Amino acid sequence: MATERFPIEAGHIMMFARAIGDANPAYYGALDGTAGVPAPPTFVTASAQFDPDYPLRPKPGQPWFGSGREATGRGASTVGGGDGGGTGLHAEQHYTYHRPLRAGDVLTTSSRTGEGWEKQGRRGGRLIFSEFITEFRDAAGELVVTARTVGVRTEKVIEQ
Amino acid sequence: MTAVGDTKELVLTEDVTRTQLVQYSGASGDYNPLHSDERFATEVAGYPSIFAHGMLTMGMTGRVLTDWFGPEAVLTYGARFVSQVWPGDRLVATATVTGVDGDVAEVTIATRNQAGDVVLSATATVRTA
Repeated sequence: MATERFPIEAGHIMMFARAIGDANPAYYGALDGTAGVPAPPTFVTASAQFDPDYPLRPKPGQPWFGSGREATGRGASTVGGGDGGGTGLHAEQHYTYHRPLRAGDVLTTSSRTGEGWEKQGRRGGRLIFSEFITEFRDAAGELVVTARTVGVRTEKVIEQ
Repeated sequence: MTAVGDTKELVLTEDVTRTQLVQYSGASGDYNPLHSDERFATEVAGYPSIFAHGMLTMGMTGRVLTDWFGPEAVLTYGARFVSQVWPGDRLVATATVTGVDGDVAEVTIATRNQAGDVVLSATATVRTA
């Protein structure tokens, strides 16, 4: 799985900063044309926008599993994804920053499966953990950010 | 000088709104309906309501680091999503310096809701100079 081109854009950084409630003027260079705006630490998660196959985005002409006329557009059994889809949950997220990420950078990503392990949960039955490593490299091929995602699947939805 | 035991507290939000969840879906690209579609979240997935993306809580929590040390000072940032964040929650992040080695500090962060429950637990290393 790879994203061929993840351009870091000042306007996108501004929208992301607004969404996390961050009023730091450093992120709003798009408003006055400041170059090299820094990206907030979790910004690379927005690379999803540039992954053509990202499953948690409605795509033209394809059924979507959210509600429309019905409560879901697809069978619930096919609901998946890293962050809470069905019985899958995002357990941990870790980033290593090899250098600051700024508007103007153009990254490529490459991902691989990491380790997997199991634990007995208190409420959710068997917990199955899996790691996913993504490397973000700049146009020169230098590593900018390494992301490690830990997902957990349970055998049933955890009771609230 | 940054020293072990230094601590900062930041109110991340007084009231998590459903609109903020939509805003984060749009900015991040994660349109999982569990975070924006009340009907899907309750009728299909069986949750009491929509809930925040874990990454939204991690993003909001990161502000305590970048407000304190600057947006380009963060070297590592990792979080464990401990429990869900719901519309209406009030979130406060508390960051504490747990180690200093030259100009690099290690920071632990706990983000709690209005009940005092930890919703996100994080560690980071930052450049202090």
